[in-house]
Amino acid sequence: MATDAALVIDNLSIETTHGQAGRRLVSDVGLRVGAGEVLGLIGESGSGKSMTCLAVMDLLPPGVRVCGGSVRMPGREAIRRGRDAAMVLQNPSGCFDPVMTIGGHFKETLRALGLPRDRNPDRAAVALGEAGFDDPESVLPLYPFQMSGGMLQRAMIALAMLGGPRLLLADEATTDLDMPTQAGVLGLIDRLRKTRGLGVLLVTHDLSVAARLADRVAVMRDGRILETGPVGRIFAAPRHDYTRTLLAAHFDLHDALCAPDFPDAGDAATA
Amino acid sequence: MIRFLRRRPLVAPALAVVAFLLAMALFAPQLATDDPDRTDIGRKLAPPSLSEPLGADHLGRSIYSRLVYGSRASLGSVALIMAGILVLSFTVGGASGYLGGAVDGAVMRVCDVVLTFPTFILALFLIGILGTGLTNVVIAIVATHWAWYARMVRGMVLQLRHREHVLAARVAGASAPGLAVRHILPPIAGQMAVLATLDIGHMMLHVSGLSFLGLGVQPPTPEWGVMIGDARQFLRTAPQLILFPGLMIFLSVMAFNVLGDALRDHLDPHLAQEHGHGH
Amino acid sequence: MYRYILRRLAFLPVILFTVSLVVFLILRLAPGDPAQSYLRLSQIPPTAENLAMAREVLGLDKSVTAQYAAWLGRAARLDFGRSYVTGRPVIDEILHYLPATLELAGASLLITLGLSAPLGVAAALRRNSLVDHMTRGLAFAGVSIPNFWFGFLLAWLFSAELGWLPPLGRGGPERLVMPALSLALMSLAVNTRLIRASMLETMHHRFVLYARARGVPERMVVWRHMFVNALIPILTATGMHVGELLGGAVVVESVFSWPGVGRYAVSSIYNRDFPVLQCFMLVMTAIFVLCNLAVDIAYVVADPRMRLSNQAGRL
Repeated sequence: MATDAALVIDNLSIETTHGQAGRRLVSDVGLRVGAGEVLGLIGESGSGKSMTCLAVMDLLPPGVRVCGGSVRMPGREAIRRGRDAAMVLQNPSGCFDPVMTIGGHFKETLRALGLPRDRNPDRAAVALGEAGFDDPESVLPLYPFQMSGGMLQRAMIALAMLGGPRLLLADEATTDLDMPTQAGVLGLIDRLRKTRGLGVLLVTHDLSVAARLADRVAVMRDGRILETGPVGRIFAAPRHDYTRTLLAAHFDLHDALCAPDFPDAGDAATA
Repeated sequence: MIRFLRRRPLVAPALAVVAFLLAMALFAPQLATDDPDRTDIGRKLAPPSLSEPLGADHLGRSIYSRLVYGSRASLGSVALIMAGILVLSFTVGGASGYLGGAVDGAVMRVCDVVLTFPTFILALFLIGILGTGLTNVVIAIVATHWAWYARMVRGMVLQLRHREHVLAARVAGASAPGLAVRHILPPIAGQMAVLATLDIGHMMLHVSGLSFLGLGVQPPTPEWGVMIGDARQFLRTAPQLILFPGLMIFLSVMAFNVLGDALRDHLDPHLAQEHGHGH
Repeated sequence: MYRYILRRLAFLPVILFTVSLVVFLILRLAPGDPAQSYLRLSQIPPTAENLAMAREVLGLDKSVTAQYAAWLGRAARLDFGRSYVTGRPVIDEILHYLPATLELAGASLLITLGLSAPLGVAAALRRNSLVDHMTRGLAFAGVSIPNFWFGFLLAWLFSAELGWLPPLGRGGPERLVMPALSLALMSLAVNTRLIRASMLETMHHRFVLYARARGVPERMVVWRHMFVNALIPILTATGMHVGELLGGAVVVESVFSWPGVGRYAVSSIYNRDFPVLQCFMLVMTAIFVLCNLAVDIAYVVADPRMRLSNQAGRL
């Protein structure tokens, strides 16, 4: 079973050398993402979720380094960016080069993956089609500023699928999107992981996103994993106080929105 | 303050250089070893000696003394230029920003016109028209550079005026022009001081360049650019005649640039990063 | 985009017209009597009769507006009068010397652009390393050195001492090297600093991270993504360099006896040869205005956000 896994992280520790040297951003983190499985990584901002993702891609910023543990993809010596693991980030409009067309981004990525466009002229259009674009050809000549956040997010997913990766890292991929678009993007990720057996590390602070998509969930705080388990169990019977607090805060908001006498009545009762 | 100096190790020596230059200009008679204009063909191109630390030039004049007295022309002209530019830009730019409306429009058009020309070429043209000499060099450089400064002042006044009106509206009444001057002037003066210091080096290069061409200070008055111009034919035989005055210009400009950079970084790092002059 | 370009081009004659008016008005500031200068330089005795004739030849007996109109009419036909010194048409003289100046300024611009890019990029990528400190130090010195002094230093070292290069005049590339380097120094220093600063800002943009995440090789990340985006905000500064190069050429030509239009202009100042000076002013300003216009247009063309902003925006 372990050889099926898309990602295995053992005792990962990450420290920063800026300012207070040796300050741990991530301590002894262990994670496992199976093939075709979605692992939700939940936590507040600053909990170390993004750093963990960057460590998987070997993209830690200068002054930050891995100081312990390992990140592995079983069956591969090293994780190749784009080919073995791909990333989708939040706020997609900042991620695309403003002076390069969408088609240009595809051409560049294809070349980086060793798949030159002239021998595979349809790859970009096919990928965009799979990502939900009705008319991929019309999107390719566009510049990023001409596209909405939702479209850019789908384009990012299409770019991520080009290399046929085993692992997709979605770092707050739906955070800036409105609800309907969010649902669409999450649905797309779900479809892709089912059809391709893609392992997904879904980083989010939004519990409903995790609930929608994740099979298992890991709760992170201050650089440590507090608990891990199947999504149902974590949400129904959390073992850690912090998890309970997160859930309570989430349901507070949820109940307040759903309470029949909102907004006239007083306080909505919580469990 | 000490921390500031330690972080920027070049500031202290730069200040020392500037202080030394000022001393040279102010106390030239005391610091020089000889009359800078006294020629003595017998001493022509004499090597350095105890009495003449840098030797003599092609007319037997003391190089060291001419360098010392030359600081007067170089520093004095730049001081006059800066004073002229600041006075002109403050009055014109300040009035333009404060009064607004038609006055502002007209002034900005005038500035636009001035800024259409390449600055050095325009200064050259003005000197060609007005005639050579240090006074005309000062006038020409002031005339070609004031417009950019006026624009900056106007911009700052516009920003502060807006804030000032809001403030004054709250503090019921008493928004007399005097109050505005007292609140608007100081912050602008600070920023303009930074811009001016950053530009002193440029001005010195302009002045010495024009003097080198024979269009500025007229011989026999000592000035570093003129000294280089005079010594052109001795490049092979007596390169020191060109080396020393040029070194003075280089060190002075560098010192002022260090100070200007340090001031800008200290007060506002975004202020006029490589400000757009057509130098 | 096209509307912007057309608008700027339509405005061009207005600018040139204003420039000509300013030049004409400044000319009238000249102290002394142009008729006297004319006679003196043409070596005609300044008798009352000759003065009257000179005044008529120079059109000084008419009103200011009439003079300007006549002047403008002639200028439109590229007739800028005759040199007081040689008597030949000024425009011919200027056009004779102009190619040398353009060659010098062009070579300096190439040096500036060609060297500042790798230096600025290297300094930004290896921030606070030896390369960075050296680049910043050289750039700082470059901004502080008088270009004519630098020219003499080069001439002394490579010509007088080492004898590798001829010291003056125009000819093959070996004569172009030192003047071009002297002229380029200031712009090179300024541009290197600009590129370095802009790269430092661009380096931290998220599209750089995303490009790496897609597996794009680092060389492409640096040049296609960082450098190209770093260039855009400083593109208009290139116009600034043209002004500096035109002005600096006047001085550098004098150092190396480069037979360009700058040296010619300086001699015309000595001779108070106003027709030459005025034509020089107009030609150089026209070049300056055109270069700035070209750069402004290039800026709009280069950035797709500006280029396409008038078309149908977001889908």
